[in-house]
Parts: sequence; C-alpha cells; structure tokens
Amino acid sequence: MSVDLEKILRPVDSPMKPYEPKYMMLASGEAVVVRQVFRDEIPDLLKHVEPLLHVERDYYDVVAARVYAELLGYYQHRFQDQYVLALQVNGELAAIVNGRQVTPKLGLSLHTLALRRGLRIGAHGFAAKMQYHIDDLGHDEVLVVAESPIGFRRWMIEYKLEKRFDVPHELGGVPSWALTRELFDRVRSKLVVGRRPVPADILEKAMEKILPPSDPPTPPADPLAATRAMYDATATALVQQRWEMEKGAQDA
Amino acid sequence: MRDVYVAGIGITTFTRLEFPLSEIAAYASMMALKDAGVTEVDQLYVANMGAARVNHQTALASAVADSLSLLPAGAAAIENGPASGAAAIKAGFQAVASGMDDVVLVTGVERMREVNNLEATDFVATLTHPLTEYIYGVTLPAHAAMFARLYMEKYGVTERHLAMVGVKNQNAALNNEWAHLQQEITIEGILDSPEAMTNNPFVAEPLRFFDACPVSDGGAALILVSKEKAQELGGPMIRISGVGQATDTHAVFEREEPTDLLAVRKAAKDAFDMAGLTPDDVDVAELHDAFTILEIAESEEVGFFPKGEGHIALEKGETALGGRIPINVGGGLKGRGHPVGATGVAQAWEIVTQLRGDGGKRQVDGAKVGFTCNFGGFGNNVVCLTFVRED
Repeated sequence: MSVDLEKILRPVDSPMKPYEPKYMMLASGEAVVVRQVFRDEIPDLLKHVEPLLHVERDYYDVVAARVYAELLGYYQHRFQDQYVLALQVNGELAAIVNGRQVTPKLGLSLHTLALRRGLRIGAHGFAAKMQYHIDDLGHDEVLVVAESPIGFRRWMIEYKLEKRFDVPHELGGVPSWALTRELFDRVRSKLVVGRRPVPADILEKAMEKILPPSDPPTPPADPLAATRAMYDATATALVQQRWEMEKGAQDA
Repeated sequence: MRDVYVAGIGITTFTRLEFPLSEIAAYASMMALKDAGVTEVDQLYVANMGAARVNHQTALASAVADSLSLLPAGAAAIENGPASGAAAIKAGFQAVASGMDDVVLVTGVERMREVNNLEATDFVATLTHPLTEYIYGVTLPAHAAMFARLYMEKYGVTERHLAMVGVKNQNAALNNEWAHLQQEITIEGILDSPEAMTNNPFVAEPLRFFDACPVSDGGAALILVSKEKAQELGGPMIRISGVGQATDTHAVFEREEPTDLLAVRKAAKDAFDMAGLTPDDVDVAELHDAFTILEIAESEEVGFFPKGEGHIALEKGETALGGRIPINVGGGLKGRGHPVGATGVAQAWEIVTQLRGDGGKRQVDGAKVGFTCNFGGFGNNVVCLTFVRED
C-alpha cells in the first residue's frame, strides 16, 4: 500500500475569516493599503525580503531571515494557520506583518517588517494585525515578542503588554508578552486607525502588482552603526521605569 | 576692529552618529579646513553643551585640537546652552577682529543620542531655572507649549499655523543632503486626516510630534580669518558684518510679558546696527525653530514682521523659498536636526552656503545678505549674526 507522505507533512489550515482591506493616510499624505496576501503572491514578497537579510542594522537581518522562512513555509504548506498582510503605498511594498492562530482563542504575532521607515508604517501594520486577531479572529489574547529594541518600544511599551514569561514564544523560545482584549481596547482610539472600504482605485493599484520598495533599509555606512543598534537605552529606561512604578503600586 | 570673513565651512550629516564626539567634531572641522585651504589655525573654539554630562568627556577643545594635529593652537570649549554655536562664532569673531588671531576654527558639536531620550530631554532641561522651573519638571517642550498657548490666545496663531511651519521646514530639508529628516509630510497627513492624531500626537499640548525638532547628533565648522588672509586664500568674500548678543531673565515667569522675547529683539537690533543693515535688507534667514512656534515668534522679534503678524506672513508664503524673506530653507532645526552645541554653527554654515550660491535646489536667488538667530535657554541668551557677501 502506498502512502502519500505529503498528506502527513502538509498541515490542514483551520478556517480563518479573511482580512478585509483597509487604508489610512500617512503623515506624508500618501494612502497606505493594508490587505491580505495569499500564497500566489508570496514569491513577490520573498524577492523584496531577501535583500534585507544583509542589512546589519536594527536587527533587519534576523527579522528578514525569519520572515523569509515563514513566508516560504506558508507558500510550501509547511506552516499552519498563518496569515500575511502587506502594506502598500502606490503599489510599493512598505511593510509585511504576519501571525498565526494557535487556538480559536489564542493568536500569535510573528513579525512586523517595515520596508519603509519614518512614517509609523510598521506601527500601523502591527495595529492592523492586532485588530485582526482580536476583532476578526476573536482571539482573547495575542502572544508577542520583539527581536529589536524598536519593536520592543513599539509593542511592549506603547501597548503596555502583559508578561507571559511562563509561555515560550515560537520565535526563538523566548518569554512571551501578551496583548489582551482589554489592553487592546485601551489603546484602540489612540493607536488603531484605518478606513473601509478602500476606494476602488487605491485598492486596484495595490492588487495590480506588489512593486519593490523605492527606499528600503540599507546596510549601515560603518560597522560601528550595527553595534550601536544592539542596545536601545530609551527602551530599557522606559520599561525599567514602568516596572518600578508597578512595583511601587504593589508595595503600596 | 578688523573685518572678519568666513573662509571655510564644513558639516556632518545630522542624524544618529555612531562615532565618538571628538571624531564628529574633527570630521566637520576637516571639511572646513579643506574648504578654506588651510592646515594651521591660531585658535579653535569648540561649541558644545553636553559633553561632560552626556558623553562623559571634558576638555573637548583639547581633544579636537590634538585629533586634528592643530597643536600648538590655542583651544577652548564654549558652553552656552543651545546658543553655544553662535557664542563660539562670536568668540572667534572677537579673536580675529581684535587682531589677536588671523585664523580661527569654530566647531560646534553634540552627540545627544548616546543617552536615552528621557536623559536627553532631562539634560536639555538643565538649562532651566533650578529652583523655580527644573525641580517642578519643566522641560523645553513644556516651556514651548506654554509659550505657544499664550501666543495662540494673544495673537490668533492656530495649530494649523504651527503645522505649516513644520511642513515648510521638514520638506525644505529634502533639499539638504545633510539634514536629519528626509521624509516629506503634508498638512493633510499630520493635521486634517482621520489618522492625523495617531501620525502626529500631542507631545505637550498644543505642540504635536511634528512641531518639535528631532534629537540629533552632528557637527559643523567654520574657518574665520582676517581680510588679508581671506584675500590670500582667494575664496568668496563672506563677511560677518554684525554680531549681537543679549540675555533675559533665567526664569520665564519673571518676564513682564512672557510672549515678548526681549533678548531676541535686542540681539537682532545690535547685530543689524553693527552691520548698518535693517531687517528689510536680509535675503535669507536662519531662525531657531526648535519648536515651530519659535520660528513665528522670532520672525517678529528680529524685525521681519510686526509683532503678532508672523503667522500671517507665513500664510502668505513670505517665509518660504521664493517668498519675501525665506526662513530656514535648509530645513531649520526642525528638518536639519538640532545637535544643540552645533546648531548655531550649522545656521552660519547654511547662510554661507547660500551667500556663496551653493544652495542647489534650496538656493535663494541672488542672496547677498544673511541672518542667523541662535536661541539659548528659553530665550534667556540669544546670539544674532549678519553675513554679507562682498563681490
């Protein structure tokens, strides 16, 4: 009797509500579209992620390598219950965010990779995927980790994430943090933006083709820049301040 | 008193720089020395505000002199808050004008991003009054916010006017390859759209994120020389024609009218009087827009517009490139960045660039007279300079 090994290797995805595209205006006045990308468009993303493997700045190399593997795993049916959202400005790829459903009540954030910097594009992308988890997929909480100090500042500090240090995150086995529905509702009015439906012309431009980013992150001019990014004093100070305040409140 | 000329200029990119403070200063200085065509100086002044506190380095001028092999030139550091840069230019001016020195290097430098943003904000706040301001948690954004609120109530300035300054200056920086911010912004994106409050949140109401300059590292340098030396070097003859400096009360609450910047008014008048010029003679100006409200207020106090009408001139486009008096065409502090000790020198760098006709896309056509206002403290120590191109 023959065995179709592919049936064993290929995970069966759980039904997940598709992400309805939305758009928002950036400080530059440009509209950025957030939309779900499915398997057929993954090769288009991969070729824009690959150059970032060689950017030794702000942990782009590590994040790009992992995103590349996740996208490839999704494309080749080796990753269960993953979704991928792309952010595009005039068709150009500006960011990729992805995550997955662990259980019907638990989500897991994988990565937020900004290919264009300086306009909160990554922050908008992260907010969009958290909204997808909480509002659309009905998750009670989402497990999150950060690989870069910038991510730590954006997620752990801005969203005031709760510790779930007893839960190893799928990314590197490091202690998890969690965005609960309650935490999300607290920041919703401040951090979560976007309009629906996306005007037809804007959506059409995004769907037409994923264009390469015109101003992607590049390697630092000097090796010293790479080492500098390994320590973010502000993030450290902010989280230390918060923990001291929490400890003070508990002691009181 | 001898005439004093700017024979060389240099600058680093303003951004987060990964190099030791003295190397940043040395890089800008090397560019200025090369630009002037000199290898020796009689004296160097290094403008800096935070080396001891932020970078754990003192005697910075000695370090810069040695790293540039300028020994045995005299060297001194000048700390005068955010007006350190122009104060150092004034010292260099005095050294050459008095006949004591023929060639003086003035370098401004700061590396603020070595520490976290909380510490950087705290470090700048140490310029406030220790007993009546600092201990109550007053920071410079807080000062500027209270000033802006008073200005809005008294003169009808709105958040839109503040945003217009921010857009004008940040977008001007797109034409300045050395500027920190290289990202276009629009009024719609930072003020009018449904997403504007997220894109541009309040930092200290009524000031928002895009109303404040970035925290930057960077350096800028000038070579000041006597007339004879300038003629010998053969470059464009850019003369520092006026120097004015004035102080005001340390604590802002002690001012009779907090919306009047009396030190700006006097420093500008003294500089214009010394130069034999009036504000109407100025072709291009650099004003200290650490916060957008300051550009509006300073544009009135230096005499470009009547008090309370700076925002009206802004509305009419009079302060934009191509307007009656273009202000901060290289981005100002808002777009170029604000490494505090370097800023006054960087303002002079921009004006000299303009008077040389080297401004590229941001060039003010036919610029012959330039003006800078370097604003220290919260207006308690201000240095203004005028520059003239002599053909």
